[in-house]
Amino acid sequence: MSSQTDSRRFRSISRRELLKLTPVVALGAFAVPKVQQKLLKTGLGFSDWASARLFRSGHLAPTFADSELTPFSKFPINDYDVDDPQVDLDQWNLAVGGAVQKPGNYTLAQIQSLPKITQNTRHVCIEGWDVIGKFGGTRLSDFLKMIGADTAARFLTVECADDYYESLDMATALHPQTLLCYEMYGRPLTREHGAPLRLNIPTKIGYKQAKYLTDLKVTNVLQKLGYWEDQGYSEFYGL
Amino acid sequence: MATRTIEIENVKTGEVTEAVYEHPFIVRLCHWVNAVSLFVLVGSGLQIFRAFPSFGAKIPQKDLIHWPKAFAIGGWLGGGLQWHLTFMWIYIGSGLLYLGYQIFSGNYKQVLFAPHDIPGVWPMVRHYFFFGPKPAAKGAYNPLQKHAYTSAIVLGVLSVLTGIAIWKPVQFSWLAWMMGGFHYARLWHFVIMWAILAFVFGHLVMVVLHGWNNFVSMFTGWKKDPEYRPE
Repeated sequence: MSSQTDSRRFRSISRRELLKLTPVVALGAFAVPKVQQKLLKTGLGFSDWASARLFRSGHLAPTFADSELTPFSKFPINDYDVDDPQVDLDQWNLAVGGAVQKPGNYTLAQIQSLPKITQNTRHVCIEGWDVIGKFGGTRLSDFLKMIGADTAARFLTVECADDYYESLDMATALHPQTLLCYEMYGRPLTREHGAPLRLNIPTKIGYKQAKYLTDLKVTNVLQKLGYWEDQGYSEFYGL
Repeated sequence: MATRTIEIENVKTGEVTEAVYEHPFIVRLCHWVNAVSLFVLVGSGLQIFRAFPSFGAKIPQKDLIHWPKAFAIGGWLGGGLQWHLTFMWIYIGSGLLYLGYQIFSGNYKQVLFAPHDIPGVWPMVRHYFFFGPKPAAKGAYNPLQKHAYTSAIVLGVLSVLTGIAIWKPVQFSWLAWMMGGFHYARLWHFVIMWAILAFVFGHLVMVVLHGWNNFVSMFTGWKKDPEYRPE
């Protein structure tokens, strides 16, 4: 297949073909400071939306044999402030509020009266490292039943003794591997690992698994997303 | 798809040259979107890597390299992740558009390295690296180029698969498992990035060596004075 033209017409053909590529220039919007943050927020929001769609409530995170555990001494201690926020363990209880039938203060003994689950699961930090730990506690879904939570509500929020705070979507809160964790490696939580109660969520990234819990609320509206989320981390970050 | 050839008569000199339509619009579009995405994904990926520049244990941490902040995108880990989690969709989108177009248009024959290309690889290597004679060009791409481009496409697919395994090691636990678990998937993702960068380096060297007409063809689609006669 061959045709003929002259150099002037060829130049205009070439120009037309070149102009078809203008959509690529639209990517330049990412270099404009004013719209950049908005675009990135949209991108992150889309990723969160896709993550929530990809989450399957019946799909379990892989579990591991005891021989595959990271030794307890090599399980990193990550916090944003202090390793030990000086929780008074004798006086501690969990303040429950929001869309629940039985709000109030719940003691550790009450939480421990629910069936105990032990699981060896992978803990993935947003920084990139990962460890396999042994976690023991009660299913958050069992506790939500105990407090008469409205599981049709969208979120659950927690506050911590060190001013850290987090939020969790209800689907993940009801996942069978989501624990109110009071034990690691068969022993009560140490202070650095969040004594007396922390979250263990094998389907979530590390920063969602708050330590030193003091308050738990069921809600439909989030005033704030989470300590790191409010600085720009992903809200959903499901694994 | 039949290749389009055109004869161009110079309006001043009357001289006749030939041009061939080498790169369809979708291929050119995806090429440039991909180039921008790769730049952002590598820059932001290295920013994420800076948060834990190791593939060993966290305790004790042995760093592999300290990547300078000046050569990373996003300013901090959270910023790097925002760029990465945004541009991965653009990268995947342009990749799927490209693959779909190539397959359904039949244009993939231009670039896919096939068994009949194998005998032509060595003469090209001899030409490029050992000053051997230049084998006659038969199509848009010689066998060595087809090998390079096909490998680059495979690396692109692998970069997405290893990325998904890191992003969703629970929902896609089978994918992470195939790569040896989350920990190794992260290593493969990193290794594949360097393989892609090695390709990009070689690609840019060849672009410089092959001159202006070749470079322009990725913008307009048309290549003037092709070295080959398309059938």
